[in-house]
Amino acid sequence: MGNRLKLFWARDHRRDGVLLGAAVGIFGVTFGVLAAASGLSALKATAMSLLVFTGASQFAALGIVSSGGDPLSALGTALLLAARNGVYALSISEVLPTNRVRRLAAAQLVIDETAAMSTSQPAMEESREAFWITGISVFVFWNAGTLIGVFVGEVVGDPLSWGLDAAFPAGFFALLLPHLSETRKRVAALLGAGIAVIGIPLLPRGLPVLAAGLGAVIAAIVGGKKR
Amino acid sequence: MILGLAGGCYFFKVGGLIAADVTRPTPRLYRVLSDLTPAVLAGLIVVQAFDGGGTLEVGANTAGLFVGALAAWCRAPFAVVLVLAAAATAGLRLL
Repeated sequence: MGNRLKLFWARDHRRDGVLLGAAVGIFGVTFGVLAAASGLSALKATAMSLLVFTGASQFAALGIVSSGGDPLSALGTALLLAARNGVYALSISEVLPTNRVRRLAAAQLVIDETAAMSTSQPAMEESREAFWITGISVFVFWNAGTLIGVFVGEVVGDPLSWGLDAAFPAGFFALLLPHLSETRKRVAALLGAGIAVIGIPLLPRGLPVLAAGLGAVIAAIVGGKKR
Repeated sequence: MILGLAGGCYFFKVGGLIAADVTRPTPRLYRVLSDLTPAVLAGLIVVQAFDGGGTLEVGANTAGLFVGALAAWCRAPFAVVLVLAAAATAGLRLL
């Protein structure tokens, strides 16, 4: 059993997938704690983490509702934040199973982490593995974290004081790096970043990230013209 | 509201898949599709580093990101990148 585990860990993407899951799990605990503090029932908090399964949206919705905001605007903001999952799905559709039932199940796992992990692999087989391992790991940790947060309370303290909020963009950057060696993708990423920077002060939450996707479109259009 | 949100989120995820299946991509479109993830991820990184809720804000987490990014650039292992970014940010916040 020990040997099997060693073999499992030997492949980077498997290890990193689980690591990402663990990091997400810590935020899951925060979500659970916040949800409980906002008066959300354990059932509702758990349902959110299971069904919505998108951290940014969950935190946003919770934040808006618990500060007295209107549920409809909470829904709108949360959906905007979740829309990028659709962009990911469009982009990584090949990685997902072709069997309809499994494809639909896999769809639930399309999030920032799985998109980043699966696209930073050199070959399809690793991409698929990365997707599933990251996806299941994040799912398990996020939901376990939520449960812990709801029931056990302030065990971990504030992830912000641990600096965990910086861990994610840093991790995503590490996953982005392989892409940057390709000129097209480097341009797309730079454009995306630039659009997001402009968008932050101008656009409502969730839109800058979506608008960043335009970077890919612009890169393609300009790239096409060059020839 | 939760069910609506859950439904909406899932709709996005599946919708993307359906869109990908339905539009049999030309090589050009296919390239755009594969460029989408780096573009969106780059945007996400920027938002996570600089977003102070509607304004551009440079904070401890921005510095932490730079530390982590540097580590990533130097091919540090993934775990090290995460830990360094977090530690740098936490350290700065303690000051």
